[in-house]
Amino acid sequence: MKWDAPATVELAREHGLSQKEYERILSDLGRVPNLTELGIFAALWSEHCSYKSSRIHLKKFPMRGPRVVQGPGENAGVVDLGQGWVTVFKMESHNHPSFIEPYQGAATGVGGILRDVFTMGARPVMLLDSLRFGALDASRMTHLVDGVVRGIGDYGNCVGVPTVGGEVDFHPSYNGNILVNAMCVGVARADGIFYGRASGPGNRVVYLGSKTGRDGIHGATMASDVFDESASAKRPTVQVGDPFTEKLLIECCLELMGDGLVVGIQDMGAAGLTSSAFEMAARAGCGLTLDLSKVPARERGMTPYELMLSESQERMVLVVTPDNVAPVLDVCGRWGLDAIEIGTVIPESEVVASFDGRQAFRLPLAPLVDEAPRYERPWVPPVPAAAVTLPKLHDRDWEADLRELLASPVFASSRPIWQQYDQSVGASTVVGPGADAALQLVEGTNIGLAATTDCNALACSLDPFNGAAQAVAEAVRNLACVGAEPIGVTDCLNFGSPENPGIMGQFVAAVDGLAEACRAFEVPVVSGNVSFYNETSGTAIQPTPTVGMVGVVPEVRCRPRSHWQVGDAIYLLGPLEGELGGSRYLQIVLGLEAGPVPGVDYEAERRSAAVARELVRLGLAAAKDLSDGGLAVAAVEMSAGTVGCKLTLPSGVSPVRALFGEWRGGFLLTAPVPLEPALERACHGLPLTRLGIAGGTKLVVAHGRKTVLEVPVAELAALGEKGLGWLYEA
Amino acid sequence: MSGAGRRPRVAVVIFPGSNCDRDALAAVELVGGEAVPVWHQSADLAGCTAVILPGGFSYGDYLRAGAMAAHSSVMTAVRRHAADGGPVLGICNGFQMLLEIGLLPGAMLMNRTLRFICRDVHLRVERNDLPLLGHLASGQVLRLPIAHKEGNWFAHPDVMREVEAKGMAALRYCTPTGELDDGANPNGALDAIAGLVNVQGNVLGMMPHPERRMRALLGGEDGAALIRGLVEAA
Repeated sequence: MKWDAPATVELAREHGLSQKEYERILSDLGRVPNLTELGIFAALWSEHCSYKSSRIHLKKFPMRGPRVVQGPGENAGVVDLGQGWVTVFKMESHNHPSFIEPYQGAATGVGGILRDVFTMGARPVMLLDSLRFGALDASRMTHLVDGVVRGIGDYGNCVGVPTVGGEVDFHPSYNGNILVNAMCVGVARADGIFYGRASGPGNRVVYLGSKTGRDGIHGATMASDVFDESASAKRPTVQVGDPFTEKLLIECCLELMGDGLVVGIQDMGAAGLTSSAFEMAARAGCGLTLDLSKVPARERGMTPYELMLSESQERMVLVVTPDNVAPVLDVCGRWGLDAIEIGTVIPESEVVASFDGRQAFRLPLAPLVDEAPRYERPWVPPVPAAAVTLPKLHDRDWEADLRELLASPVFASSRPIWQQYDQSVGASTVVGPGADAALQLVEGTNIGLAATTDCNALACSLDPFNGAAQAVAEAVRNLACVGAEPIGVTDCLNFGSPENPGIMGQFVAAVDGLAEACRAFEVPVVSGNVSFYNETSGTAIQPTPTVGMVGVVPEVRCRPRSHWQVGDAIYLLGPLEGELGGSRYLQIVLGLEAGPVPGVDYEAERRSAAVARELVRLGLAAAKDLSDGGLAVAAVEMSAGTVGCKLTLPSGVSPVRALFGEWRGGFLLTAPVPLEPALERACHGLPLTRLGIAGGTKLVVAHGRKTVLEVPVAELAALGEKGLGWLYEA
Repeated sequence: MSGAGRRPRVAVVIFPGSNCDRDALAAVELVGGEAVPVWHQSADLAGCTAVILPGGFSYGDYLRAGAMAAHSSVMTAVRRHAADGGPVLGICNGFQMLLEIGLLPGAMLMNRTLRFICRDVHLRVERNDLPLLGHLASGQVLRLPIAHKEGNWFAHPDVMREVEAKGMAALRYCTPTGELDDGANPNGALDAIAGLVNVQGNVLGMMPHPERRMRALLGGEDGAALIRGLVEAA
């Protein structure tokens, strides 16, 4: 089919457009589009680019705050850090490509999120990855884990941005649709932020970076469709990454922006040149002319259709004043990058492209961007999972239960993953992976920049509203463990098909839960991404609204610890008992995915997080938040497999709720004995219990006078090391 | 310190794909040197009296780590500087370049796990009689991070004999208490070699990253002695 052949309704359907959508195109244009124009409509109206099913709900997020410099709508959000610095961050999914081709899918996911950040003028300084895999014995699963980890590592390591955090979880609902959510955090001077705007008629459009190839065509439409058994046939729609070129692009673009040589800048991400051209023009209220014959092509004979829709990686669009074109091309040449002028900014709101001396397409901006379809999809509110009758949980073998929990892949040490990532390039990492949150110093200052990703998808599957709110609360606690105050959220909302009212109901409830919690903690949402259609052959993933939260420590004075030391006093800040509904204990030990998942007690969470944050900042205590696996798992983590402890639970409490209960929003705090009075003073008025002392080599827990646990911590830690240890040999 | 003009000038060579250049520049400044970025196409070393070849993925490590960088124009100046006895420190990718241009013997293989490894290692100081290592005690144990996929140093037995005979092994992977043990060797390097010096003692290549350990807040200051040694030798 020739690129300028007239479109038909069948072709529209093959491009993922509905009959109604095609009819709207005909009426908006007042004519039949050609095939290239149809491809452009299909890409920009895809769920991935248009957010057509989600946009009306996303408005519910709090998006403003005293620190917000730029909220959603740009390539990434921007939040003030103080002292003339800002942080720029975003999280994005690369789920579908990673399932088809894990190495390149994950690698290009990292590449894409890096570009979203440096295109704003910020130097990327941290990467985090939130990963979800299926059962390890599911088909292709170890191959997928291995490929994703190598892909993330090879890309981030080469570009020289440290991977400092993230999370990984396993559940059979991801057997046919894994999740790869990559988050990038950058820093910039407050006056050094650039936007993706093609403003100033007469200004020139410059293409920068890799040549355009035939890879990735239809990537955006693929990401907007469900999978079936033929998923592997979509491999040609997966892009291939080149981190070396990305590194050159980072340095080249930061130099161009630092020298004030560009007016606007954006990467070519999903839907390639199409989305960058149309979005940049729409944001500026201008239009563009493009000469597609000038686009550097990787092979001969590429058509306007392919040039507009290719998702070849490591490409940027710059808007430059006519006088600056030559200096821009000079800088690009010094970095060994291809750059060429391909168009001009015009006052009319349209994009007009020529090819081989004749018009390839002429499309108005409004129907494609600002007036793209928005749907209020029908949805059914989810019914939160209720409690089930539990067996008697009094005199159990707690040691066996703890061992079973720790041996599960869910609690496996992620060291075999992050040891393959450069965690310290940039020489700024104060706290790296394996802790509750990552902490870095902002270049040349003692400002601490912290980040974490969190989502308990099990809880979200049982109760999307409370589960999503709990993810926000957990992120706040994790930041507190490194002394950081939350200042902004980016989210990556992974769900099944929005055309299923039940799934859409999960989405709406999760958005409501996130919105309520972000409002309660006064943390604005400044960027994000929605990934629908995460299902294969009718089976949807657990709803997974991943929260990426960024925090600040105005001045880092000491290095937060995440382990206790011999002789430390151990305290529990928070209730002695947690809830079993939605807990890992029920899921893993009893094989029950049952509710209820409680809501967040915002007042209590805010107060305890504020105290923990202050204690950590002052170096008075080490903190670990209580979340998955409860107190018992937190204690094993704080032991680092070397230093044991002796803890006593009051005889009145339920041992199972005390050891394994979740959702209590507390912290384990540890401090050297001389600092105990200071710690107790700081926690005045909050529920604080002194549980015992660190020392010895065993985790010893007494319930009243009865010893209920006595296990060498080295054995417990070894259980966790086994889970993903095979990655070293794979 | 007697004024900015008198600070020893240390060149940090920037290749396309270098990614530890900024860290090396900052480290030099931190110990009182004047850090000078030198572009890979430069014909000279901008009047510097010491050189750092920094870590990273020069030319994406395509072909072989350090292989393309070895042919950069600046390498002529680096060679001349080294031949004149000037101090050179190659870190990670920079060490790989020193092997490629023949300033140090041997070659790098992939780590024996065939994987990129980033973690702290312990290093035993085998030579402290050279200016570059003068701030260290012989047998001292350092803790520094490694971050590489190709750090498994290898050499022909004849070369190995020369390395032994001439005391070219400067740093060896070891246990926290300084013993050599295969379990403490992260990548399978022959004879646990983490760092090498040339016969003249003015060229040091090492896989671990001293420039990342200059401050206690960032996990330790064990790297500072090495960077200071270079700056003072300049």
